[in-house]
Amino acid sequence: MTRLEMRKAEPVSLLIRGARLLDPAEGLDVTADLLIHAGKIAQIGDRLDAPEGTRVIEAGRRTVLPGLVDPHVHLRVPGQEYKEDCATGSMAGAAGGYTTILSMPNTDPVIDSGATLEAAFERAAESAVIPVGFLAAVTIGRLGETLTEMRDLADRGAAGFTDDGSPIESARVMRRALQYLKPLNLPIALHEEESSLTRGGHMHEGAVSARLGLGAWPGVAETLMVARDLRLAELEGARIHLQHLSIRGSVEEVARGRERGVRVSSEASPHHLTLSDEAVYSLDSNFKMNPPLSSEDDRQALIEGILSGVIDCIATDHAPHAQHEKEVPFEAAAFGVTGLETALPILLEELVEPGLVPLATILRAMTEGPCNAFDLERPALRVGAPANLAIWDLDARWTVGERPFHSKSKNSCFLGRRVRGKCLVTIAAGCLALDAMEDKAVGAV
Amino acid sequence: MSNHRRHLLGMHDLDSADVERILETAAGFEDVVERDVKKVPTLRGRTVLNLFYESSTRTSASFELAAKRLSADVVSVKAAGSSVDKGESLKDTVRTLNAYKPNIIVIRHPHIGAAQLTARWSDAHVVNAGDGKHQHPTQSLLDLYTIKKRLGRLQDVKVSIVGDVLHSRVARSNIEGFQMMGLDVTLVGPPALIPPGIEEATGVKVSDDPESMSEADVIYVLRMQHERMESGQNYLPSLREYARVWGVNARRVRPGQVVMHPGPMNRGVEIAPDVADSAASLVENQVEAGLVVRMAVLYDLMTRPSMGTVIDIRERAGERGAA
Repeated sequence: MTRLEMRKAEPVSLLIRGARLLDPAEGLDVTADLLIHAGKIAQIGDRLDAPEGTRVIEAGRRTVLPGLVDPHVHLRVPGQEYKEDCATGSMAGAAGGYTTILSMPNTDPVIDSGATLEAAFERAAESAVIPVGFLAAVTIGRLGETLTEMRDLADRGAAGFTDDGSPIESARVMRRALQYLKPLNLPIALHEEESSLTRGGHMHEGAVSARLGLGAWPGVAETLMVARDLRLAELEGARIHLQHLSIRGSVEEVARGRERGVRVSSEASPHHLTLSDEAVYSLDSNFKMNPPLSSEDDRQALIEGILSGVIDCIATDHAPHAQHEKEVPFEAAAFGVTGLETALPILLEELVEPGLVPLATILRAMTEGPCNAFDLERPALRVGAPANLAIWDLDARWTVGERPFHSKSKNSCFLGRRVRGKCLVTIAAGCLALDAMEDKAVGAV
Repeated sequence: MSNHRRHLLGMHDLDSADVERILETAAGFEDVVERDVKKVPTLRGRTVLNLFYESSTRTSASFELAAKRLSADVVSVKAAGSSVDKGESLKDTVRTLNAYKPNIIVIRHPHIGAAQLTARWSDAHVVNAGDGKHQHPTQSLLDLYTIKKRLGRLQDVKVSIVGDVLHSRVARSNIEGFQMMGLDVTLVGPPALIPPGIEEATGVKVSDDPESMSEADVIYVLRMQHERMESGQNYLPSLREYARVWGVNARRVRPGQVVMHPGPMNRGVEIAPDVADSAASLVENQVEAGLVVRMAVLYDLMTRPSMGTVIDIRERAGERGAA
């Protein structure tokens, strides 16, 4: 059973008055009051009374959304706490309206043993403000050679397995991992790249790389591995989760795999959905990530994938790096960008507001999709459910970077961009994780 | 830091009027370098700082000499033997040297975009003397100067750029510079060494037929960048095979064609010695042009307000966010 940890906190009792309550997975879109009692959603209805000692928030035109779930975050724990830690990373999540995040094991040391996994859970239990889960490595040291003790790691609550940051190069090792995991029915999350094609590359191969001279790799480097692993998963009847898809051909492979009945879930990131490789003309290292920003045609294919449901998750791949790792020439810079604090706001601005993708579709890909992929309880605006929700001002516009990030790192690819939607209050697992209501509506009655 | 300092980071910083003016200025400096006393007081009291992270003979020598001919104070820093050897970051090196208040920093660096970062981190005018595989704008200017001097025109001159375009900053600068000045550019080479997407990106023609260079007025031979060929990449089976199929030899050069090469040459690989030393070769003319053109660039940066890059405002946003 997937284990989630956060610091001990007092469950809240709270009445949110007159908010739009929007939860597409519940078929809910009404203006009503929502009462949280002792960390659980106690009542939804008109003109609810606040029991004694209950804080009241006058929501005004604000919207209550279910808490978002990010299945792909790098909290850098253990070992790289100079980039991020459980406190700052989970706080960044809370600020982005997330109430559950899953952290990746490409740490130092790698989470490839029961002891390192336990250590990571302990850090989360000390300081995370929202529930945090961890994936463990598929192979020892993420070297792609020897399987980890996946039974032990699963018993200790690993949310799944991944060598994220690297592909599993050997098809044989990949197959053995699928065979070993099948009885556990846990997913392997896959970072897909054919490394003999990507070696020495810094960006997507195309007109932009031709002009700049930057080492680049072709999109088929991803698609080849996607095709391989869909076939292997089909062969073994096992589950796979394809991380951060970025290429049209890969989306097409997933669609075909689904038709054949392959048990596959997949992600796209907010940056791949909103930016193309043209951004790299700036040579700003905050546009360097893996997979790299790809062509405008690929971006359109990802949007189509979200619309059709072929891509069922939006995941940030939040990858914090210290300033000195990014403030260098592009080729010397680390791969990766932060994303938790800007995910829904950039999607609202770039996809929802122009009418390209309905808000309901985005929200399902940020709640239902990841929960199905990793067997997590879906945050829901439903009486009796634990309070995993956030109060948003969906119309508020702001500029990324104008206020400090909660993350320890500042390597956002959206710095300076106008975005839409501010998360004001986040309640995760019944506890207050973010309280940024700035108006006088806040206060105990 | 000012948003309006002028730099020469790539050929995209110039328009055709800028190029024509620089070439005219360079022609004016021919007199100076032929004189007995080869010095003018134009940049007296100004400081030019050469910062070279890569080995270089002609570029570093000609920038240093160009600055001295203009009476500037010149400091040349090479990465080997400097604090770069001790692991100092580019930012710290630039900030340190900036404290000496140079007027111009000339930088060569193995990484793309290093000149742009130097412009952001310093208060000087920055000249890119080569940043990785990206740009080498003064090479393009001196090549244009050489072609114009020999052929008397630039418009509609047919140039075949031959060889390892993929790894060549000279090719990238020349594609932009040549197209801007109306030359007709074809890239000729084995497909693995032609960057995918370059036709779409720039509108050049591409040929994988070595015989196509017979159409050109100018055969521009690129250095075979074998030091950048990582082992196992297999761009080519061998240099011998490359020389046999793509090498420019006397048999290939027809009367009336001229041959150029940015140097340093691999004799017997991309260019045969009988071509390199022939009357068709403009290689030494290119070296001579390098001096007067670099004098003209330094002069132009210090005297003309209309030239060069204004640092992109989006970068500022990034800088603010990271502050």
